[in-house]
Amino acid sequence: MSLSSHLPALQVVIPLASAPLALLIRQRHLCWALMVFVSWVSLAISILLWLQVSDGSTISYAMGAWAPPWGIEYRVDSLNAFILVLVSGTAALVVPFSLHSIEHELHQQQHYLFHTMFALCLAGLLGITITGDAFNVFVFLEISSLSTYVLIALSRRRQALLASFQYLMMGTIGATLIVVGIGLLYLLTGSLNIADIGTRLQSVPANRALYTALAFLSIGLALKLALFPLHQWLPNAYTDAPSAVSAFLAATATKVAIYVLLRFYFDVFGLQLLESTGTLMLLMLLAIAAMFIASAIAITQANLKRLFAFSSVAQVGYIMLGIAISNESGLTASLLHIFNHGLTKGATFLLLGVVAYTIGSTDLDRLRGLGRLMPLTAFGLLLCGLSLIGIPGTSGFISKWYLVLAALEAGHWWLAFVIVVSSMLAVAYVWKIVEVLYLQQPDSGAHLQRKPVLTMAIPTTVLCIATLYFGLDTRFSLGAASAAAKVLITSITGAAP
Amino acid sequence: MIFSAYFTYIVTYLLMTAGLFIVIARGNLIKKLIGLGIFQSSVYLLYIGPAKLVSGTAPILAQGYSVYSNPLPHVLILTAIVVGVATLALGLALVVRIREAYGSIKEDEVLAEDKANTSTTGHA
Repeated sequence: MSLSSHLPALQVVIPLASAPLALLIRQRHLCWALMVFVSWVSLAISILLWLQVSDGSTISYAMGAWAPPWGIEYRVDSLNAFILVLVSGTAALVVPFSLHSIEHELHQQQHYLFHTMFALCLAGLLGITITGDAFNVFVFLEISSLSTYVLIALSRRRQALLASFQYLMMGTIGATLIVVGIGLLYLLTGSLNIADIGTRLQSVPANRALYTALAFLSIGLALKLALFPLHQWLPNAYTDAPSAVSAFLAATATKVAIYVLLRFYFDVFGLQLLESTGTLMLLMLLAIAAMFIASAIAITQANLKRLFAFSSVAQVGYIMLGIAISNESGLTASLLHIFNHGLTKGATFLLLGVVAYTIGSTDLDRLRGLGRLMPLTAFGLLLCGLSLIGIPGTSGFISKWYLVLAALEAGHWWLAFVIVVSSMLAVAYVWKIVEVLYLQQPDSGAHLQRKPVLTMAIPTTVLCIATLYFGLDTRFSLGAASAAAKVLITSITGAAP
Repeated sequence: MIFSAYFTYIVTYLLMTAGLFIVIARGNLIKKLIGLGIFQSSVYLLYIGPAKLVSGTAPILAQGYSVYSNPLPHVLILTAIVVGVATLALGLALVVRIREAYGSIKEDEVLAEDKANTSTTGHA
């Protein structure tokens, strides 16, 4: 057995093992160096895995050599390899950024705890994505959630404590609902392997327990992925968390929950059940509500972090809309938007981290005339704003374009109209930012508290350039997204009797 | 007869709704955590109930025993209990910190103080 055949296990084990190591090291710079190493190794592993499955094959790894469906199976196909690259790639950029970013946002003696919890969070998110076992999903979900609550509460702002507590309440209810759903599926089929549950369910006629399992899983996951109106935990959590944590969560946490939803919807329940129960219709209505209401709330916010948090809720709406359309182009658009929005929001929150570091606040009224004080940062924010609207040349345009195409292909011309109109609301909140940054005079006493540092500038620039780059060259993102969508579609047609 | 057949499900249902109700209806953070604990416990019963057979034993082959309970849900719930304990511990730790920072464990009082603070200083 060569090392490369154990890549799926190493993907999770390396970050998981680095958590207690960071706890023992305690020295904050060493912990940081360890985490940089771990996050880059994770990225390398996920890229290797993605290359292995890019021809459409599937890697099945039996944990502890117990053959699936009895043992825990780690299963990599082009769908979750794509998500793995997104998660570990974001981590590889956020960890270097965190060195200086957390210096003033956390107490110094707690820095090693930050790195410990970050390692656990990364392990949890990667674990959710890679595992093929339904109960394992729940366990990793709780690993990532519990570490996220701590990461938020580590912030020096005391509001973070209540934000973390509220997130803990909502998150635990969500996870418990998911576990009820998984339990009902287990009672129906006697299996915990996701692919196996899907095959066995074909011989189970639709019954009340199946509908209940669908309902519990849908609502639990909707809580986790912050689908309107179950998004209440998200704005507070993103606003009060340390900047590096906001960036990592905004780019990855909700996306991984969406991935789990896709897995269960298309590999387990199948399209027929989703349509006959009206689940897709409900998703579509909630997605449209999110696109309009969350964007409208974003316009009224006075704090940039909170504004972009509400924008995240709206963008989750676009992703869910693609899933609700549920043809191949809709799923491609959704997966593309998971990737593009992850890049854009990661870049946005890293930029806000730079602003919080240099100005000491992300309140809009403290940022007047930032375009003159920090031209590059302000330009980056403008760029991300344009990508959130979906202006051609940015990555946000590509995914919205495919979303509109999918809506037209499904014959919902009115949906295309809805997508364009709701983007106008994004124009409104981006304009509000542009006005403050560029058209208003800086306060006379305004100055930079600190100079921006290289460890923050490089990851931020990389993500900003990626936001642009994937708007122009879509070979990687579109190729990976459509390959992943094919995996889902074939599992639907395979499941249809 | 029907009642006894569905007994565990009925208890599960009652615990689940009671727990969720406490989480939503109570403003005291400790009581919320208690509600969350009850809510999570109901799931333990949902898993264990169907797995246990009357007069079933642990699945160890031995003379004179032929009825076995399903061990898998028992093991799964062992994991879920550990997760529940961790969640409760973290929640309680957060409540301690909230009490230190705000001097209260009532959600509305904490929120009110946050509001009063942001309106006077503009930014905390």
